[in-house]
Amino acid sequence: MAIDAEHLSKEYQYGFHDEDASVFRTEKGLSEEVIRAISTRKKEPEWMLRFRLKAYKHFMARPMPSWGADLSGIDFDNIYYYVKPTDQQGRSWDEVPEQIKTTFDRLGIPEAERKFLAGVSAQYDSEVVYHNIKGELEKQGVIFSDCDSGLRDHEEIFRKYFSTIIPPNDNKFAALNSAVWSGGSFVYVPPGVHVDIPLQAYFRINSDNMGQFERTLIIADRGSHVHYIEGCTAPTYSADSLHSAVVELIALEDAHIRYTTIQNWSNNVYNLVTKRAVAQAGATIEWIDGNLGSKVTMKYPSIYLMGERAHGEVLSAAFAGSGQHQDAGAKCIHVAPNTTSNIVSRSISKGTGRTSYRGHIVVNEKADNVKCNVRCDALLLDETSRSDTYPYMDIKNPNVEIGHEASVSKVGEDQLFYLRSRGISEQDATALIVNGFFEPFVKELPMEYAVELNRLLAVQMDNAVG
Amino acid sequence: MTVRGLSIDNLHVRIGETDILRGVTLEVPEGEVHALMGPNGSGKSTLAYTIMGHPSYTITRGTVSLNGTSLGELSPEERARLGLFLSPQYPTAIPGVTVVNFLRASLRGLGKELPARAFLSRLSETMASLHMDDSFRGRYINDGFSGGEKKRTEILQLALLEPVFAVLDETDSGLDVDALRTVAEGVNRVRTPELGILLITHYNRILEHLKPDVIHLLYKGQIVAAGGPEMAQEIEKSGYAPFIGTGAEPEPMGAHHGN
Repeated sequence: MAIDAEHLSKEYQYGFHDEDASVFRTEKGLSEEVIRAISTRKKEPEWMLRFRLKAYKHFMARPMPSWGADLSGIDFDNIYYYVKPTDQQGRSWDEVPEQIKTTFDRLGIPEAERKFLAGVSAQYDSEVVYHNIKGELEKQGVIFSDCDSGLRDHEEIFRKYFSTIIPPNDNKFAALNSAVWSGGSFVYVPPGVHVDIPLQAYFRINSDNMGQFERTLIIADRGSHVHYIEGCTAPTYSADSLHSAVVELIALEDAHIRYTTIQNWSNNVYNLVTKRAVAQAGATIEWIDGNLGSKVTMKYPSIYLMGERAHGEVLSAAFAGSGQHQDAGAKCIHVAPNTTSNIVSRSISKGTGRTSYRGHIVVNEKADNVKCNVRCDALLLDETSRSDTYPYMDIKNPNVEIGHEASVSKVGEDQLFYLRSRGISEQDATALIVNGFFEPFVKELPMEYAVELNRLLAVQMDNAVG
Repeated sequence: MTVRGLSIDNLHVRIGETDILRGVTLEVPEGEVHALMGPNGSGKSTLAYTIMGHPSYTITRGTVSLNGTSLGELSPEERARLGLFLSPQYPTAIPGVTVVNFLRASLRGLGKELPARAFLSRLSETMASLHMDDSFRGRYINDGFSGGEKKRTEILQLALLEPVFAVLDETDSGLDVDALRTVAEGVNRVRTPELGILLITHYNRILEHLKPDVIHLLYKGQIVAAGGPEMAQEIEKSGYAPFIGTGAEPEPMGAHHGN
């Protein structure tokens, strides 16, 4: 059965009704009272309440960004800023539209996970797996919790790093997140500890990790290694139209953080995320960032290379279907000498979809011998598809090696013909070409995510024909 | 009674506004190897692409059929499923798609999917017979391949996909003596009493290995001569001029790349 994308998107918006009385939530719209209510509900220390209120003032004073994607559709007064999910959400599986169930089928999503993704269950039922992992982590001294628990149970270390790289006044949406944040992950890895398995937001129980205003803080102490994965390839339904997260990564000397994101929000969502990392001497930060869903995404993972030999990688992939705008990119700020960075961006636009690459490279006066390489490739599937590149560079030191390459291409008739002449249908041929285009990104993903992503792209290609 | 094999009758083909083929008639019965020769720009590759159904080529008159089934209205994938195979002169690179995934997708598309283990062992054997390293399967198809690697990969596909009729467009071009032998042996290995082959070439060398039943000479969009293997030797010795009339100068080699 073919899935009609338009129909699917309508089902996303209208298929679920949030009439559930058992859910605690603040009133619609934002005010000082709402923020106080959130803080009180969470039993937060006074400093956090003051932080939230100050951020709220920034948010109110700050104009909407005048660049990037069109954000005029956001109605700040029509949003619930805090919803506390409970174990019983009240939606039943029978209420989930057939189309979404079919998509889950085609993606091969496990039963328990489907309920979580469809909003039927507030949690992904992997308790046993999680507890085993958690035991291992605790033995190593690793902290892996939701951000609220991080503040409650590890206040000293939390407070030392929280909001140190993304202050509330960084931008309007960072200010909003700072005012109303809830959920997200808190990770601390002690010196020298290598976390062997990727930490996945999925494993965490009893937390609203898919929240609208999640806040993630990861600290990798000296010489430690950690890989964190957020999101999933399956469509993630959100009744609320705004997702505004803040993610801060701190890699101390010689530490290594890889942060992998796969987001596939339902296409009513404005996905406006601030992600920033600092890398101290000898440290490595890798952002692996895949954006498939949402109505509008604005997201530019950044890396501040603060110490010598620090290295940054941003590998991003974006898919914009009809009506979607993926405005994504990367920033690398070379503060110290002998720092290196590498940015690879791949984007695909289908139908009236639009992708933008927005990059910013800064090399400070004192940063000698910097090497930076940027490569962005865009693939357009239809005549109505669009892609733009906005590379900004601010180079204040002459002793640098900077490379920038960009390309825009269409699915080649010869490629399609070659595949079809081997018995592959036009749809499957297009999907193969598209998967191949994303291959540099996909091969960096853990196997199960890679398999899911390839299936998802095949489904997206089917939708193109509907 | 239907003729088994490829049957082309009075075929006229144009690209855009230009007529390329102007009444080609050709029969290749099953199990036979026919060679198609002719100066550059005669329409050899146009004929190959038209047989496979490339969307840029429009048939204005005439028919192409395989084992009695008319191909004219069929998509390339439908033709492939009837057992037709084209090794194009310039195989297309598809970055990010590995040889192994490409082959599996093809077999799936043709309805000939094998269990993973059987497929992989068959792939390994066939690659070994073509002197291809096992690591080759992980490379992106035709992406950064040398000329010789591309042609071997075409023969690998020919062997695994088991078509009933193959059009090989200059599969011998750009190969050194050893590679040519490997490729020719590869073709000979897949020959069956059913497999018909139309081989487009400029050289007698590969014909010595493949021993064609008939040689057709295409010139200015028409078949102007046909004969036995000795005709290829003649062409090699004296060029095309004796066959296409006096004063007809063949174009210099490489001036054209297959229309």
